[in-house]
Amino acid sequence: MSELTRLTLAEARDGLKAKTFSATELTKAHLETIEASNEALNAYVLVTPEHALAQAKEADARLAKGEARPLEGLPLGNKDLFCTDGIRTTACSKILDDFKPTYESTVGANLWSAGAVMLGKLNNDEFAMGSSNETSAFGPVVSPWRRNGKTDKLVPGGSSGGSSAAVAAGLCLAATATDTGGSIRQPAALTGTVGIKPTYGRCSRWGIVAFASSLDQAGPIAKTVRDAAIMLGAMAGHDPKDTTSVNAPVPDYEAALGKGIKGLRVGVPKEYRVEGMSKEIDDLWTKGIEWLKAAGATIHEISLPHTKYALPAYYIVAPAEASSNLARYDGVRYGLRVPGKDVIDTYENTRAAGFGKEVRRRILIGTYVLSAGYYDAYYLKAQKVRTLIKRDFDEAWSKVDVVLTPTTPSPAFAFGEKTGDPLAMYLEDIFTVTVNMAGLPGLSVPAGLSSEGTPLGLQLIGKPFDETTLFQTAQAIEDAAGRFTVGERWWAGDAKKAAAAPAKKKPGGK
Amino acid sequence: MQVDEKTVRRIARLARIKITDEEAKSLEGELSGILNWVEQLDEIDTTSVEPMTRVVAQELKKREDRVTDGEIADAIVKNAPVVDDHYFVVPKVVE
Amino acid sequence: MQETAKSGGKSKSANLIAGATGDWEVVIGMEVHAQVASNSKLFSGSSTAFGAEPNSHVSLVDAAMPGMLPVINEECIAQAVRTGLGLKAAVNLKSVFDRKNYFYPDLPQGYQISQYKQPIIGEGEIEIDVDGEAKRVGIERLHLEQDAGKSIHDQHPDYSFVDLNRSGVALMEIVSKPDLRSSKEAQAYVTKLRTILRYLGTCDGDMEKGNLRADVNVSVRKPGDKLGTRCEIKNVNSIRFIGQAVEVEARRQIDIIEDGGTIDQETRLFDAAKGETRSMRSKEEAHDYRYFPDPDLLPLEFTQAYVDDLKQHLPELPDEKRARFVKDYSLSAYDATVLVAERENANYFEAVAKGRDGKLAANWVINELFGRLNKEGRDIEHSPLSAKQLGGLVDLISAGTISGKIAKDLFEILWTEGGDPAEIVESRGMKQVTDTGAIEKAVDEIIAANPDKVEQAKAKPSMLGWFVGQVMKSTGGKANPAAVNEILKQKLGL
Repeated sequence: MSELTRLTLAEARDGLKAKTFSATELTKAHLETIEASNEALNAYVLVTPEHALAQAKEADARLAKGEARPLEGLPLGNKDLFCTDGIRTTACSKILDDFKPTYESTVGANLWSAGAVMLGKLNNDEFAMGSSNETSAFGPVVSPWRRNGKTDKLVPGGSSGGSSAAVAAGLCLAATATDTGGSIRQPAALTGTVGIKPTYGRCSRWGIVAFASSLDQAGPIAKTVRDAAIMLGAMAGHDPKDTTSVNAPVPDYEAALGKGIKGLRVGVPKEYRVEGMSKEIDDLWTKGIEWLKAAGATIHEISLPHTKYALPAYYIVAPAEASSNLARYDGVRYGLRVPGKDVIDTYENTRAAGFGKEVRRRILIGTYVLSAGYYDAYYLKAQKVRTLIKRDFDEAWSKVDVVLTPTTPSPAFAFGEKTGDPLAMYLEDIFTVTVNMAGLPGLSVPAGLSSEGTPLGLQLIGKPFDETTLFQTAQAIEDAAGRFTVGERWWAGDAKKAAAAPAKKKPGGK
Repeated sequence: MQVDEKTVRRIARLARIKITDEEAKSLEGELSGILNWVEQLDEIDTTSVEPMTRVVAQELKKREDRVTDGEIADAIVKNAPVVDDHYFVVPKVVE
Repeated sequence: MQETAKSGGKSKSANLIAGATGDWEVVIGMEVHAQVASNSKLFSGSSTAFGAEPNSHVSLVDAAMPGMLPVINEECIAQAVRTGLGLKAAVNLKSVFDRKNYFYPDLPQGYQISQYKQPIIGEGEIEIDVDGEAKRVGIERLHLEQDAGKSIHDQHPDYSFVDLNRSGVALMEIVSKPDLRSSKEAQAYVTKLRTILRYLGTCDGDMEKGNLRADVNVSVRKPGDKLGTRCEIKNVNSIRFIGQAVEVEARRQIDIIEDGGTIDQETRLFDAAKGETRSMRSKEEAHDYRYFPDPDLLPLEFTQAYVDDLKQHLPELPDEKRARFVKDYSLSAYDATVLVAERENANYFEAVAKGRDGKLAANWVINELFGRLNKEGRDIEHSPLSAKQLGGLVDLISAGTISGKIAKDLFEILWTEGGDPAEIVESRGMKQVTDTGAIEKAVDEIIAANPDKVEQAKAKPSMLGWFVGQVMKSTGGKANPAAVNEILKQKLGL
């Protein structure tokens, strides 16, 4: 197993520039790791070695000529929700079958034109609907993390579970992801990685399979805060093809990292101390507060009174939009077709066979809440609640610059633990979903380990388009908490040893 | 809101998803559970609240009236399950 | 009272239909779908041109590929606003695009982007004219929406073929109030609406290509009763069929009610070949469109200044033009109405009439030119006579250079051979004879040759006409009729 896959994105970039290794070597190292690991982890649903090596070759040529672009030669994973030109894209649903787009998502195109290398397509919950990656048509992703002394398979979170597991296990330097209710931040928290969902409109949604249009945002999952800053800088930007994308300059997030947070006003919302929150999550939160204080920030208790209504409102808005967004999967123009006795029967067969259980459930909920006579009581009501949630934050921004909360109510759970009860699974998003409902940027940064030795994350919520402050604050937490990486690569090839205690690695030499 | 089996079937029909009798039964409970749970929103008085119509403050962007796209029939039908002479082919629609 | 009413027929009151149980009133509302005149589609950059190869004017957006997003065409917005202004309607500075969800193979997204609760245009009106009587018809609303693709059902026994070339083309749905009371009014409404759209340049009004199609809502009631249950007749694609569809549907409903039945609210199809309407059951099922605001599109907002600017550049509309024609050219309301029905016709007329006798010009344009064009199945753009030529002809009449009769000959020459009217008259000796000497000579000859008629004329002065005719004949129609009259009266002692 190559040490190259242990590098951060920033370290790899510096190594390429210094010609310590080539882009081809770096890419090969990752491809080999994927080959050795993917059977156990199931993070990739499609590996594209030829494509990757061709991109790496071009990167090496540019590096040799001193014409390196910002992400030149850096191998990334791409969530299977992002359409890839000529490369199978499925949203991890059977309904897309062998769909090969003739176009590349804007975010993907931004990354490749910045020089990045695509290793393959990453697993996710079907149509991004899930919090454990257990709804994927390709089967669940296994987290590289294990509980202390145990071998039960843990979930890597979802829906971007392939992205979080691949980054945590060194199967790519960083990955694309999407977040509709927490699908970047929750898996990042459960795998000791950094994930940011930027402000709605920061990244183009063009070419990304839609789940809920008013909530979906793309963002990165990465090994460090710096890596996430580098990634988002390359992914973001205005796109005339997405009229909800914002025409505003993208700041140099990486350059802003070192500025520190002296005088920063940090809000701690009392409504996030929910009933049944585990003590270790509570302790983690307290630790986070102390770290930020120590870094020069001031702490302020704030109130976001409509917090508890965000999740139920989300489970009206998201399924409603999804029920409509997923109507295009009808077996006429692309994807699966299961013939029936007439065209309606064909639709019904196709959609019954093509969509998995959770997707079907959400389509039905969405169809129900929009159906005649229920629109006002459900959808309209939920959109009004969104106004109230956003208003809560607008008021908070007069007192604080950033909000600190836990990312998840509990640590990583085992396979099947929450699949029986949809509501139990939905509660995974309780801390993250408000951010989507209000269109704000949210970031999850690793902050500690649970008593079982699995990672926990803290969430930072920022003002619209103030991702810079999130990165700066997250950097302060990362500096204090250190990075959390899996020590023993139990999943790789023959290394089927008993789980070793995860190593906690302090950031080196400052 | 208690959803009965008839409603489940009507909704599934609207969504063009075929469901078995067994699924209809279990969906009855699941949908009712979720709908009951979201009804906690009724606790909030929203009579004077405007619904959110835009997530970020900006105007609808428009494009010029120029032909800039199309003429890619091969790509349009490339992934289709059944194609004939660049037409999508579907089981007969009876009007 | 036992009338043989079942076979139908008009009642005494013009707009009522006689039935076995008395008179019935038909109530009609129209939903017209007018294709917006634009180069590219409402939400994508592909072409709106008609008659292309299957799926060629289709973008990834039109085919609803995963991850595609709509971007609105600013010209389609402007066209809708212009149309609203032309219909004297309220322009809404804020409107919202909604999704209308239903499954159909030619609807790739599984929803149509339309405007439901907040349309771009609110209430307005159109003035129509039926049998010389003006009537105002209320406009309920106008909204923008996407057209669907096209399914072809008759190519194969088991399969339908789907072409998305029309998918996403911008339509304006223009909904009238249920103000129409006869098939004639329905026809007049669509005719007038089409005229206004063509004047504005916001829709070409080509019904053959389906660029203007009407859904006709028909119900019947006894005069004074509340509204009856309506049926919607879909996609009637000619003015003639609109008339027929209303007639047969009203009769069908009356027959059902008079037989003790009730009308089901439903969508029906007009079969022109069979002359009947029939139920479209497949579209009826599950009528629940689950409208909600399209989350891919922000609300559509613009300023009053934007509307004012469009208003300033609006062309003169048919009603204004007609009023001006009546005033400036002293035309009858009827002639003015005929002339303004098509903008090109009106422009032609005005080129002929400018600085000339308007009534005379209208006569020649309507009776001679339109009559001839009609006979030969041509439109004004393909007229062999230019406005300049016809104007020259009118000049020659007004100056007394040629008589009306000779003018008809000249018209024929201009139609078939072309040329400059004045030169033709000169070179072919068509000038009217005003030389009294020559006329006197002709008169003398006629009097000398017809002593019996001269006697008769003395007792019966109306014989003068016969003498005039003879003189005209002998002068090849070129004698000035006024001069002939004068001289004859004098010589006959009348």
